[in-house]
Amino acid sequence: MQLRMATVLPLGLFAVLGVVLAMGLRHDPKVLPSMLLDRPLPEFDLASLKIGAPNLKSSELKGKGVTLVNVFGSWCVSCRYEHPLLMRVGKDTRFKLVGIDWKDAPQDANQYLATYGDPYAQIGTDEVGRTAIDLGVSGAPETFVVDAKGRVRLRVPGPLTPEIWDKQIEPLIKESEKAS
Amino acid sequence: MMRKFFIVIFLLFGTGLAHAVLPEEMLKDSGQELRARDISQVLRCLVCQNQSIDDSNAPLAKDLRIIVRERISAGDSNDQVMAYVVNRYGNYVLLKPPFQLDTALLWLLPFILMIVALGAAFLYLRQQPEPEAGDISNEILKEE
Repeated sequence: MQLRMATVLPLGLFAVLGVVLAMGLRHDPKVLPSMLLDRPLPEFDLASLKIGAPNLKSSELKGKGVTLVNVFGSWCVSCRYEHPLLMRVGKDTRFKLVGIDWKDAPQDANQYLATYGDPYAQIGTDEVGRTAIDLGVSGAPETFVVDAKGRVRLRVPGPLTPEIWDKQIEPLIKESEKAS
Repeated sequence: MMRKFFIVIFLLFGTGLAHAVLPEEMLKDSGQELRARDISQVLRCLVCQNQSIDDSNAPLAKDLRIIVRERISAGDSNDQVMAYVVNRYGNYVLLKPPFQLDTALLWLLPFILMIVALGAAFLYLRQQPEPEAGDISNEILKEE
């Protein structure tokens, strides 16, 4: 009996360790919870990418329904991957899609949008990257869903996919529509 | 021949002192610059994840180094600078996780395991029959 305990116990511990490590493999360390969740969008006032257009101001995004803030750059390869999806949802009138052009030369960004299309209602430029750090951005693309009260409800690091859209963003838009 | 070998080894592994801080980023006050270096070494680069922002050449790491220096110049204490960054990126940016409720297991597990192992060893050894003085040589002979 004593011997059986001595064989079963290590095997049991090994199985537990195996399960814990297997769970660790499924966990993507790049997906981090945002510090901004359920907190107001940080203040920003960014010059527009389009000459003569008004600045993109955080204060003006409050109280006007849902806003999607998409951080992108012409240098960012995976931004191209999500661009067709942005082009499609940019036509949706239930929310406003705004872009923050991060650490990018304005002429490059304009070139990029001329080539692939411009889905954004408004674009602010963040060449110094200060606003991106206030948002806790770790890489482009990154998307924030901001509700009508100006609170951040969701952060999506990396490119948007139809699956993320249907499972995470669409429910937030519907919820916000019901509330208003 | 040996000499060449050691030179190659040195070139392969001798990059430990490389830092990413550029001269134009540095603060004029050397005391403040030292503080900035200390802080930068414990902040994680969000792009390369296991490098500190002091070591990383990523543009985001550079932006964060500049912010650390700005906060120091503005008169922030080291803790205030760290709080500024943690406020935006969470505890994840700290290369050494703080001791708090959700990290207690992480910090205490080695000690818990140590106590369990020592306890198990103690119980096991106590169960062994105390050998009598005359038996020792016999036991050794039997085992061999």
